[in-house]
Amino acid sequence: MADRQRAVTGAVIELDDLTKHYPGSQLPAVDGVNMEIAAGETVILVGPSGCGKSTTLRMINRLIEPSSGRIRIDGEDVTDIDPVRLRRRIGYAIQSSGLFPHMTVAENIAQVPRMVGWSKARIRDRVEEMLDLVGLDPREFHSRYPRQLSGGQQQRVGVARALAADPPVLLMDEPFGAVDPITRDHLQDELIRLQHELHKTIVFVTHDFDEAIKLGDRIAVLREQSHIAQFDTPEAILTNPSDDFVSGFVGAGAALKRLNLTRVRDVTIEDVPTVTMDDPLQEIFDKLRERGGNELLLLDRRRRPYKWLRRGDLMRAKGSLARAGTLVSHHVTRDATLRDALEAVLTDSAGRVPVTGRRGEYVGVVDMETLLNSVHELLEADRMAALEHRHDLEEARAHQTQERLETGFAGGERP
Amino acid sequence: MDFWSFVSDRRQQLLMDTYQHASAVFQCMVVASVVGVGIGVLTYRNDRAGRLAIATTVTIMTVPSYALLGLLIPVLGLGVPPTVTALVLYALLPIVRNAIVGLRGVDPTLVDAAKGIGMSRAAQILRVELPLAWPSILTGIRVATQMLMGIAAVAAFASGPGLGNDIFTGISSLGSANALNQVLAGTLGIVVLALLFDFALVLIGRLTTSRGIRG
Ligand SMILES: Nc1ncnc2c1ncn2[C@@H]1O[C@H](COP(=O)(O)OP(=O)(O)OP(=O)(O)O)[C@@H](O)[C@H]1O
Ligand SMILES: [Mg+2]
Repeated sequence: MADRQRAVTGAVIELDDLTKHYPGSQLPAVDGVNMEIAAGETVILVGPSGCGKSTTLRMINRLIEPSSGRIRIDGEDVTDIDPVRLRRRIGYAIQSSGLFPHMTVAENIAQVPRMVGWSKARIRDRVEEMLDLVGLDPREFHSRYPRQLSGGQQQRVGVARALAADPPVLLMDEPFGAVDPITRDHLQDELIRLQHELHKTIVFVTHDFDEAIKLGDRIAVLREQSHIAQFDTPEAILTNPSDDFVSGFVGAGAALKRLNLTRVRDVTIEDVPTVTMDDPLQEIFDKLRERGGNELLLLDRRRRPYKWLRRGDLMRAKGSLARAGTLVSHHVTRDATLRDALEAVLTDSAGRVPVTGRRGEYVGVVDMETLLNSVHELLEADRMAALEHRHDLEEARAHQTQERLETGFAGGERP
Repeated sequence: MDFWSFVSDRRQQLLMDTYQHASAVFQCMVVASVVGVGIGVLTYRNDRAGRLAIATTVTIMTVPSYALLGLLIPVLGLGVPPTVTALVLYALLPIVRNAIVGLRGVDPTLVDAAKGIGMSRAAQILRVELPLAWPSILTGIRVATQMLMGIAAVAAFASGPGLGNDIFTGISSLGSANALNQVLAGTLGIVVLALLFDFALVLIGRLTTSRGIRG
């Protein structure tokens, strides 16, 4: 546990003019990629099939040897070090999970710790911890073989194996590409939770742009030969795609996708008058009357939203709280995305849904109007931020050019 | 004399021959398995090397055992050396072929994963590829063992050890009193040995194949 709470921070990855030229092909598959990935950042590589995502990723742990260029991890040039030792410091998870079918779940997870020479006892504890971490009960799954697991469970074990020796860097090549959409959604949520605890540096390849938006701190949209079309935050890419290629890739509904990036906790939550089951009837009548036509939200004994009460409801039900009002059909948590909230609001007949806290208790209400206002504000803010960002970039570029002119390209080497 | 009293009369000699037959086959199989899997590991990744290995072992197989022994005797003399050499050579084909097929059949993404998590080349082979190819290799070993049981009998021709001696002596004295009994005893001994070995190999297969990949 102590291990897990310690914020393990990932390492900085720098790709410097990284190029791969496969023998026998005309053009390089990856042509001069420059990228700096901050420690603890999740960067997603997206792009059309064959654009060089996997090749770029696999050069980072040198499963593919670069034709030229440098790779630095935490400042150390790893381009020429022993690749086997390099890979033991880098977690690696792939699409088909890549679990060894002849080894149990525990043996699979123990592979890297064993190779780096951990003691038996430490490995045993670590395996349990990793299974816990990815949400599998160690007692149940410890001795199973991969074929006795569902696709989603295999993928979790694959991630556990990649993280077992606590590497600062995690490379993932379409790890959730082969599971059904619902499981994929779960696995993505898990990864977000995990990353929240661990702060690894993650480089993640996908061709699913929605996945990229959901998971990425930054997204690199790649075109053929791994040329970077845009490398920016999901918000910036959605609201300010740099060119037609990127907007084509973002696809229709950018504004809707933007809703996935904001949580209910980030927008204004309204308060509505509430009563509880234990309040005297008279008080409820009074509250309804003084609110002049407005509704009340009736909470159950644990303060969870239970029913919407209108003025006439109680009369019609002859004063019985059990029969009066309409049941609350939808509610959202504060962690729900605005997209989920919008979905719930649209489904609700009166266009409003209660927001609940961790134990399902009432926190407030969102309705159509607050949502719309929030979205407009968000989009506007994004636009401003993107403009500013672009301005900064241009300024920096101008500054650089100026500097170069002044030094007359002296030396040619970068500092 | 009926067959069973013949057997009990010659018990000592027959048991000795059976033991030597089994021992020769067993030892040759151990050597052939190590060499055969070794050749498989060295050649499976290369198309041409793999083909060459299989072609060579096929060629050995097509030489009649009688002839091979005849060719080996001038070089190695009589007795154990030509017998062991011939048996090992004959056992190679099924083992090499199945090792290559098994190793090539390992899912490449698993090898990629093994490499990706930092296994050295040796670890990839020992911990991932060979265990996964093992059922196929073991099938090759079983086929080779069955084959060697019969071929080992021919070794008596080169004064080798084993039950072949009983068969040969019987055949060369055909017509005499116990000739048929002797041939029969030798043959039966080989059949029983073959069954026992096969049973043992199936058992070994059960014990050494991971539950995760057992069919
Ligand atoms: N081993 C190889 N030998 C020769 N060319 C290769 C090799 N591997 C990949 N390529 C080529 O390099 C290019 C980039 O391949 P890569 O696998 O990196 O693409 P990708 O972006 O990961 O695609 P996908 O989304 O389909 O996985 C492709 O044109 C591919 O044909
Ligand atoms: Mg790929």
